[in-house]
Amino acid sequence: MAGIKKFIENAGWPRIIIGLFLFSLFIMAPFVRVRIDASVSDTLVRFGMNGVMVLAMVPMIVSGCGLNFGLPLGIIAGLLGAVTSIEIGIPGIPGVLIAMTISLPIAVVLGWGYGLLLNRVKGSEMMIATYVGFSSVAFMCIMWLVLPYKSSNMVWGYAGKGLRTTIAVEGFWHQAISDIGSFSIGQFFYVPTGMFLFFALLCWFMWVFMRTRTGTAMTTVGSNPEYARASGVNIDRMRTLSVILSTVLGAIGIIVYQQSFGFVQLYMGPFYMAFPAVSAILIGGASVHRASILNVIIGTLLFQGILTMTPSVINSMIQTDMSEVIRIIVSNGMILYALTRTVKVK
Amino acid sequence: MALEPLLNVRGISKSFNHNKVLKNVSFSLEKGKILGLVGENGAGKSTLMNILFGMTVIHETGGYEGTISIEGKKVRFASPFDALEAGIGMVHQEFSLIPGFTVTENIVLNRESTKYNFLVEAYGDRMKTLDRDDMDRRSREAIDKLKVGLDPAIAVSELPVGYKQFTEIAREIDKENTKILVLDEPTATLTESEAEILLDTMKRLAALGISIIFISHRLQEIMDVCDKIIVLRDGEVVDNTTPDETDIMSIATSMVGRDITTAFAGKGDREGNLGEVILQVEHLWVDMPGETVRDVSFQVREREIFGIGGLAGQGKLGITNGIMGMFPAGGSVFFLEGPIRLNDPTSPLEAGISAVYEDRRGVGLLMEEPISWNIIFTSLQMQERFLKPILGGLIKIRDESEIARSARDYIDMLNIKCLSENQRVQDLSGGNQQKVCLAKAFETKPRLLFVSEPTRGIDVGAKRMVLEALRKYNDEFGTTIVMVSSELEELRSICDRIAIIDSGRIAGILPASAPSTDFGVLMLGIDGREKKVV
Amino acid sequence: MNKKVDLLKHYLIQNAVPILFIVVSAFAIPISQFSGTYLVQEMLVRLSRNSFLVLSLLIPIMAGMGLNFGMVLGAMAGQIGLIFMSDWSVVGVPGVILAAIISTPLAIALGWLTGTILNLAKGREMVTSFILGFFMNGVYQLVVLYGFGSVVPMTNPAMVLSRGFGIRNVTNLEGIRKCLDNLMPLNIHGIDIPLATFLIIGLFCLFVLWFRGTKLGQDMRAVGQDMKVAGDAGIPVERTRLIAIIISTVLACYGQIIFLQNIGTMNTYNSHEQAGMFAIASLLVGGASVSRASIFNVFLGVVLFHLMFVVSPMAGKYLIGEAQLGEYFRVFVSYGIISLALVLHAWRRQKDRERARRSLRGAVEE
Repeated sequence: MAGIKKFIENAGWPRIIIGLFLFSLFIMAPFVRVRIDASVSDTLVRFGMNGVMVLAMVPMIVSGCGLNFGLPLGIIAGLLGAVTSIEIGIPGIPGVLIAMTISLPIAVVLGWGYGLLLNRVKGSEMMIATYVGFSSVAFMCIMWLVLPYKSSNMVWGYAGKGLRTTIAVEGFWHQAISDIGSFSIGQFFYVPTGMFLFFALLCWFMWVFMRTRTGTAMTTVGSNPEYARASGVNIDRMRTLSVILSTVLGAIGIIVYQQSFGFVQLYMGPFYMAFPAVSAILIGGASVHRASILNVIIGTLLFQGILTMTPSVINSMIQTDMSEVIRIIVSNGMILYALTRTVKVK
Repeated sequence: MALEPLLNVRGISKSFNHNKVLKNVSFSLEKGKILGLVGENGAGKSTLMNILFGMTVIHETGGYEGTISIEGKKVRFASPFDALEAGIGMVHQEFSLIPGFTVTENIVLNRESTKYNFLVEAYGDRMKTLDRDDMDRRSREAIDKLKVGLDPAIAVSELPVGYKQFTEIAREIDKENTKILVLDEPTATLTESEAEILLDTMKRLAALGISIIFISHRLQEIMDVCDKIIVLRDGEVVDNTTPDETDIMSIATSMVGRDITTAFAGKGDREGNLGEVILQVEHLWVDMPGETVRDVSFQVREREIFGIGGLAGQGKLGITNGIMGMFPAGGSVFFLEGPIRLNDPTSPLEAGISAVYEDRRGVGLLMEEPISWNIIFTSLQMQERFLKPILGGLIKIRDESEIARSARDYIDMLNIKCLSENQRVQDLSGGNQQKVCLAKAFETKPRLLFVSEPTRGIDVGAKRMVLEALRKYNDEFGTTIVMVSSELEELRSICDRIAIIDSGRIAGILPASAPSTDFGVLMLGIDGREKKVV
Repeated sequence: MNKKVDLLKHYLIQNAVPILFIVVSAFAIPISQFSGTYLVQEMLVRLSRNSFLVLSLLIPIMAGMGLNFGMVLGAMAGQIGLIFMSDWSVVGVPGVILAAIISTPLAIALGWLTGTILNLAKGREMVTSFILGFFMNGVYQLVVLYGFGSVVPMTNPAMVLSRGFGIRNVTNLEGIRKCLDNLMPLNIHGIDIPLATFLIIGLFCLFVLWFRGTKLGQDMRAVGQDMKVAGDAGIPVERTRLIAIIISTVLACYGQIIFLQNIGTMNTYNSHEQAGMFAIASLLVGGASVSRASIFNVFLGVVLFHLMFVVSPMAGKYLIGEAQLGEYFRVFVSYGIISLALVLHAWRRQKDRERARRSLRGAVEE
């Protein structure tokens, strides 16, 4: 009994409810003739697609900058890399690598500026991050119209200029990473091995980084900035570094997402993309100022599991698509829970 | 029959976790009189006032013994509001004012004059409209009683500190039933002329029939205005007298108290042991809020234990924080011949200076991290120890087993009571947390160690452990120690020499064996050299 | 002389945002080729339509709770009132009043919820109320899209989706369209002035002014400036904050009803989302900050923000030949202006904190 209590305390009610909900969806699936193998496969694919963007939350949370609602900034860097790569037109893995190479410096510069800004507004990072994300997406809407991209695969046919809202990566690098060593079992079960390996690699990098001298200092800055300063750590530099890391991971994350999804979504596409990532890591057990790689993995699995299962199972049960509503309630409810719980004791 | 005193305090005792901070304190205060309350930091003054004012912290820690009666009626306050109700007004050291409000609005805060309107019927009293004219009248009345030139319409944020104080006093006066006014160190932040006005005001209020309890470290002020003087030491009333029967020197003596002849027992031949000058501080100033250091110069010899004492707020804590780069500072500091870059925390750490800070929770510890991490972080960061190479030396990551081993060593050595080295620091008691702070400083293997208030807020047993650990460390490794403490006896029991800081300056440096009255004289700034803050 | 320059500088910095907007508009209006009459008419309509929503933000700012992003909850309550009203086919002014009566208790309940949650998240009210808006949007959809017509009976089949439950994407409010605006028709030189609506807005402004002079208003100001001092003085801090949010939510609910009666149709699932953002952006454009806002800021903000809103697509079209560009530009400006205001506020607060720390220093010595 005490063991159960402790488990509940550690995991927190929302996580348990969400876990049980997902579990019951899997139990119900066969009864409403939803294929378990297809569902699991879907969940896995979405897990791989979104994992990196959730991982992008970690550096900023541990350094005390809070939940990175400004993820769209990193996404924009990734999008710029992606469309430039398509403009160049090299297919396959090299195409993806070009996209990443181009987006990297952009993400570093954007992240650096964003980090400097957040250092000036300590204590209000999250609200400002949200609106920095929103404004940068809105600004890029203008840029997508005027940037001089020419590839006929990307611009509006009738005007000959201005990028389209969605651009297919089919024929360039659709599933380029996913398909490395991928395999299918039967008709419905597909495993994007390459994408998992790539995600695992990034997780491992993060794991190692968090154990280096710099990574340790970053965590300490988040835990108690004054302690870190007394131990000779430059607080602002660590925070900026964490923001740059988050932004770079956001850029890589969106490229991984696109190569699996098959489309580059421009304009208002990245607008709300921070929210699923934020709620995923919170569902995984992170709080506003603590996060681990395990939180990323568990959270992404649970969150994407629900996103995959609710449309199929609930729709088959009540013949209505409630998935969108459930997604909104679960993801924002989780963020709300985290915000009201962890009033920092200082 | 003598008139029943307005306030009668009988046999008050109070302990925090078996630590007796007040022992059988009794005094009385008659209507229209001023009572001066003096004592060192930690003598129990604040606890006594907290009891009188019904602060909730007293209840949460198990209440108190003894009785308090006002006008012959026994009272026991459950909250500050009860105390207010009974007519006790208190002006704290920290102002309780709304910065954007005018003086008037602050004086009548939450007791505004209001007028009725019909919406009150539907929505209750809070819909009453404010009667600004009456509020102005009341604030003017209160200010007039003080006889100070305070403009009721000006915003408090625009006022100089002294006038903020007057605003608070005016608020207490405006409360119709205020009978007793407690002023906690009201002159500490005032200029001399402001202080004089305040003292005049106090006399005037007393003449109006308000009794005042006046807490101050400036003994001359106490002598000037008080009718009665109570001296507290270690939670006991050691002197209950009047200004006519005493003088500043004897108050100072009874404040500082007993002469411990056993100061630094077994000191033996320390003198021969000491080495060359290792730390040289010249004209140091530090801009630390509440602990400003103005101009401090001193030298410390190798293997010495150097004490820095003085009353709270005089700047002794600023010295450590300034040298360690935690607050803006100037002047020059030389360590082992080389200069220390001020305002850069890495510089002293690189040179081999470490510090245990007075603010354990704020600066000293990572409350939410394990003990082991707390102990090794500074060494890992500054000296790149506890790292092991991976990927053929490409990257270095934390060596967890080495970290755990080191942490366990300290847990054994300092007898830190915990479940394991992975326990979070926030779950430890204050004394054990302090030991973790020490372990952190020891682990950097410093040549010189600053220790600020190492025994503040920890129990007697842990206190002894901490002091012994420091002494032992000094003996065994020859580490020079600079210890900052409010407790003079503690300094005298361990240090070779002690500097006393007053108003941000060194009032004097004495050997620890000097009689304690000499220290008292320095602390209170009464050795003839009138110390003025203009 | 120098002091005057300083004062001017201070004034310019304080009002940088509205001045910037006036300058941009001064360039954009001629380019857009709109006539003066058209713009005046348009501004009057938008003032009558939006002012009330913006006014609802004032009281939480007074209570130190920042921009109440939770006002969308009030807007949702108003919309639910309107759905019932159209379902029962009540038209005209009685319809508006009915909608207000239905939605008031709902708005109070939602305001209470918001206030309670914000009391749990002191110090980060804005981001919390912002996320709360998103969260309740989900709940709103759950109720309106699935609950109405199934759990809650609907009499008018035209409002319900063909599947038998859930309200359609667009709710027709033709029955109350402009009923308030046209209650007291006034036409000066071909410009319609919605007098009745302005009267309501005017009355409400008087209420705000009067409210500032009440005990409750004074308490809110005190709580807004320093919760601890206010609490020590015996002001019930949490309750005061709760009341501020409830008032704001109820007013936002009425504001949304006024807004939608002017438009005449309701985007069942989107109208409320925009209400919050536009109201907040307008207020900030008017020169308000997160901690200070006046009635003047409200009206100036509504005019300037909507001027840009009307003018920028056409200006974009004539300037670059792309109306879409102007469209995106105004979206960017809405978000950009909120970001800017938030950054300035947070920056100033950080500076103030540092200054406050400095003032703790001992008396200054000669």
